[in-house]
Amino acid sequence: MHIVVLTKPVPDPAAAAERLGPDHRLDRAASPAVVNANDEYALEAALKLIEVAGGEITLLSMAPTGGADTMRKALAMGATRGVQVSDRVLAGSDTRSTVTVLAAALGDLAYDLVLAGADTSDGGGGVVPAGVAALLRLPYLSNAARIEPDAASGRVTVRRITPTGYDVIEAPMPALIVCTQALGEPRYPSLKGIMAARSKEIVVRSLADLGTDSASVGGAVASTAVMETRRPPARGATTVVRGSAHEGAAAIVDFLVARRII
Amino acid sequence: MAATIWVIGEMNGDGSLARMSAETATLGRSLASAGGSDVAGIVVAADPVAAATELARYLPRVVSIADGEAAGHVWASIAAERVAALIGSDPATVVLVGAGPDGRDVAGALSALTRLGVLVNATGVTWADGGPSVEMSVFGGKLITTSGFTAKGGIITLRPNTIAAELAGTVGSIEAIVPTGDLVLPKIAILDQVTEAGAAAPIEEARVIVSGGRGVGGAAGFELVALVAAALSGAVGATRAAVDAGWIPYAQQIGQTGKIVKPELYLALGISGAIQHKVGMQTAGTIVAINRDPDAPIAEFADLIVVGDLFEVVPALLLALQARAG
Repeated sequence: MHIVVLTKPVPDPAAAAERLGPDHRLDRAASPAVVNANDEYALEAALKLIEVAGGEITLLSMAPTGGADTMRKALAMGATRGVQVSDRVLAGSDTRSTVTVLAAALGDLAYDLVLAGADTSDGGGGVVPAGVAALLRLPYLSNAARIEPDAASGRVTVRRITPTGYDVIEAPMPALIVCTQALGEPRYPSLKGIMAARSKEIVVRSLADLGTDSASVGGAVASTAVMETRRPPARGATTVVRGSAHEGAAAIVDFLVARRII
Repeated sequence: MAATIWVIGEMNGDGSLARMSAETATLGRSLASAGGSDVAGIVVAADPVAAATELARYLPRVVSIADGEAAGHVWASIAAERVAALIGSDPATVVLVGAGPDGRDVAGALSALTRLGVLVNATGVTWADGGPSVEMSVFGGKLITTSGFTAKGGIITLRPNTIAAELAGTVGSIEAIVPTGDLVLPKIAILDQVTEAGAAAPIEEARVIVSGGRGVGGAAGFELVALVAAALSGAVGATRAAVDAGWIPYAQQIGQTGKIVKPELYLALGISGAIQHKVGMQTAGTIVAINRDPDAPIAEFADLIVVGDLFEVVPALLLALQARAG
């Protein structure tokens, strides 16, 4: 089984140093990059699947050239190789361009499944996987809590989380699946994995390599533009209540009444 | 004149209109009035009548698409394709949909089908310079951006509880359509639907959320959380620690790798308020915490914190709420 996992380097939320530059684009120098947390769930799911079925995992990312360092950690977790699409034209891309580029890159790869994370911590809204699936006419299975491919029938069954439980859904492979945390905690890279990752291949491809017209994608043709940014309004001061349980409960009720919530 | 603002109606499990669609429709109406545009709703379902009827209470016109394919198949890609066929290719077209899991899937597929751009998880939308001006919260709430579409039109997903739903003065017309043309996106068969204990409605829509963290101590503790939620007509939420411990399903998780919510009231029980949780709930109207540790991070962004043992304060709170309800 060959699985492609879509990954995105994002500013490390734990470093809390994310900011936009004067062009309203992400200032990548301001914050260390990490693999998007939700993508690690997708990678973990892929690793578990090939542990059972055998096969290979290719990481696919659209990122600036420095993104390869971030991909090393995912390779250390056990992915086989990485493909990174980098091109100066792609700075300032919107989700449309990202979808176009990832779909073009997938066109050169063989796969049974494409796995993606639910969304990205840098403010991405999780619309890219659905777009890639639509462009490639791939079956799209989102919100996955369990993934069960069946090589014999060539079909995959997924538990899709719903507000009230889950749906069991099914489609032929190849298919694109959006993974959730419910698939299980990502593993830590072992020392052996970290050593092995150093020699794993990361193929860097340009738009020309993909055969994508550089005038059709990137910041110059972005469909959206940030016009203004501001800090969120500070929350008011915190009222601290100490005392008996009864006093604490009364303080909450009074507070909710004062704010007309109850 | 063709409508230039479209509102996609989403449904609850019973076929009724999702609450967030009433909010999205209210926004569509106000944008249309500010921009001098037409606005119309679209409902795609095997049986769209109930939701379309309800949506027409908010909008002057609703296109009701009865698509047999929607029965027994995952909704989003079918809806995206029918909507794409209906709205045409005018780049000034604006499409509004809720920012839940289904809305996100529809927006992604619809963008690929129509080439319209997407702005996601809007926390406010106004009309400026001939198109929507969209406010979003990025980097886990550290920054608010205002963005627009270069072609004036695009797809916007709107966070629930961003605006209050308001009925229109008059009930709109309903145009019933039976779609023609084969679907080009693969349909995904639903083999089984399983209901688990937990939320009856999407937690993103709840006006009140009572959430438990590690301090709740176990599944039994979440029964106490559920009692408070019931007393406040709210939904039950949880931190990742509580979900990882198996005390409550993942669908209830709020935070970086769970749901982002914006209720009027967020009551945090035994929750320290780590950044991964904070990003999921910090825009709540009012945040109240009960925590033993006055130095927990949540004390920095809660409006009110009661320092104490939740197993003592919560029963007292339930009694106080009952007394008030009479």
